Amino acid sequence: MSDLNLPRVQHIIGSGLVAAVGVWVTYVSYTQQPSEAFLFPRLIATVFVILALWTFFKACMGWTKVGNGITVTQFRNLAPGLIVALVYIFWMAKGLGFYTATAIAFFILLSLYDPAPHTALKSWLKRIIITAGFIAVMYGLFALLLKVFTPREILF
Amino acid sequence: MEFIFYFGDVFTPVNFALLLVGTIGGLILGATPGLSPTMAVALLIPFTFQLEATQGLILLGAAYTSTVAGGAVSAILLKIPGAPANIATTLDGHAMAQKGQGAKALQLSFLSSAVGGVFGVLLLIFLTPVLAQWALAFGPSHLFWLAILGVTVIGTLDSASVVKGLLSGCIGLWLATIGFDDIMGAQRFIFHPSLGGGINIIAALIGLFAIPQVITMFAKGRLREDAEVIKVEKHPIGGAVRELMRSKRAMGIGTLTGSIIGLIPGVGGQIAGLVAYDQSKKFSPEREKFGTGHPEGLIAAESANNAMVGPSLVPLLTLSIPGSPTAAVLLGGLLIHGIFPGSDLFDNHPDVAWTFINSMLIGQVLMCIFGLYVAGLAARIATVPQSVMAAIVLGLAVFGSYSVQSSMGDVYVMASLGVMMYFLERFGFSAAPLVLGLILGPIAESNFIQGSMIATATDGLAPYFLGGALNLFLIAVVIASILYSIYMELRARRYTSKEEIMA
Repeated sequence: MSDLNLPRVQHIIGSGLVAAVGVWVTYVSYTQQPSEAFLFPRLIATVFVILALWTFFKACMGWTKVGNGITVTQFRNLAPGLIVALVYIFWMAKGLGFYTATAIAFFILLSLYDPAPHTALKSWLKRIIITAGFIAVMYGLFALLLKVFTPREILF
Repeated sequence: MEFIFYFGDVFTPVNFALLLVGTIGGLILGATPGLSPTMAVALLIPFTFQLEATQGLILLGAAYTSTVAGGAVSAILLKIPGAPANIATTLDGHAMAQKGQGAKALQLSFLSSAVGGVFGVLLLIFLTPVLAQWALAFGPSHLFWLAILGVTVIGTLDSASVVKGLLSGCIGLWLATIGFDDIMGAQRFIFHPSLGGGINIIAALIGLFAIPQVITMFAKGRLREDAEVIKVEKHPIGGAVRELMRSKRAMGIGTLTGSIIGLIPGVGGQIAGLVAYDQSKKFSPEREKFGTGHPEGLIAAESANNAMVGPSLVPLLTLSIPGSPTAAVLLGGLLIHGIFPGSDLFDNHPDVAWTFINSMLIGQVLMCIFGLYVAGLAARIATVPQSVMAAIVLGLAVFGSYSVQSSMGDVYVMASLGVMMYFLERFGFSAAPLVLGLILGPIAESNFIQGSMIATATDGLAPYFLGGALNLFLIAVVIASILYSIYMELRARRYTSKEEIMA
């Protein structure tokens, strides 16, 4: 697929998903009971679906002028970080406890995106110190200052 | 002149300490590229839960003011605007720094920010109570149209595509209906237990503004940004003051432009800075010097983006319509403290309203004083690698959204909305109208329902919502803002096509 076609296909997929949500919201708004509860959603859904279908139509025709989509390089760059972030938020945070999970996720993200060489011992040491410092600040801010009791499963 | 009675409240030890923390912290956050004022204020909201309403608002207001000014530090010393509002500042500010006038540029930047900022807050002080009293005459139909106006104006002016801007607003309005409805108690669009209580506005704000920034930093990969901080030499402050006195025209144009643009909902500091820079250049006899390190360009841009801050809160505090995305986040901060903008704020909570506004006035002066001293440190913080920044913001977003209600559901909502927003942004949708829809949705819905009940008992739905001078005026403004934005979009495209042909 050429670079020229990539954004167009992406626009079709992106606006198609938005249009699908719009159709679903409209369907639910007009069919669910009690109808009084869906009076306002119906009003919004009508405008929502018209705009969404128009955007989808424009994308299909190749008329979309706004939005650059995502290049393969950008996607390759962001994918590992996004996966780590989502695993951290949806599984690790509750399962391992906030502080343990944050320390692990923070360290992995630093290691993944830090431009410093992975072969130098000094840069690994720096990452460990930054991670420890960050967790200490977060603990001080949230546990000691704000008294927020976050899930604590392993260690703390 | 009621505001004078509440000046003393700003100087209580806790309030003043929070003002200092907000100002210094805001300067540092503002100078950090990748941290926008909106995102900085959104991340700060969880820290206000333990505070009283006034204290929380002082912290948020100080952060708002000084993040905009702090953005000038990295714009001048690194040529990286700390926030979109500082784009115009890079044009002459960095050129001045390259010529060895970094200290002078920073001094002029903070001095003109303070002058513009003080004028903007004075406008806020004198316009807000008048408009708040006027807002008392508003019935449900008018409030419904005002909420729609807020979403459409931000949707059309803040977005590159009118249709996508309005669509973002619709998505926000729909998201606001998720949960149980207030009248029938019926479930609406709940497909996961986390959504039972609806979408928490603070979790949504953090997700929509912070997570897309984090993913954007990931998308850059292991990029080494060798931004060189220009060394700041010593420069007497008196020289900068004299320079400012000589540049009255640029100062006046910047302050007036910023104040007027601030009053228009949806047009943020970026537009204020660029329009002021452009106007100042047009009216200057030395227009050829603009872009080469001319102090007038810097003064116009910086006075404008700070003059915009105060007026951007006028429609927020009177009509619940935020003047900028950051003001929308501040509205979220007001609502979580149980304070509703409008006449209620000035009639029932004058201490909160006036202490907050007065703190912004004093905050402008503090921002100027500290800005001159913290600038060097802030510029060093601006060189923190993106990898560290992304991981810190992610951690703060998770802890911050959890601390709202001690609920993992809010964290899931924050993450899901954030990831969705990143991808939507890549396709031309913007977060500001979506957030406005989410915030103004409940106001629009409750007034729509109330209006429908009144309409059923009187002339019917159409005459009630579409009749009357004020309704017609508001509808006309909604339509005019949409048509104007369509015209501007088409004009911009025509220019782009012409440039392509010429190239």
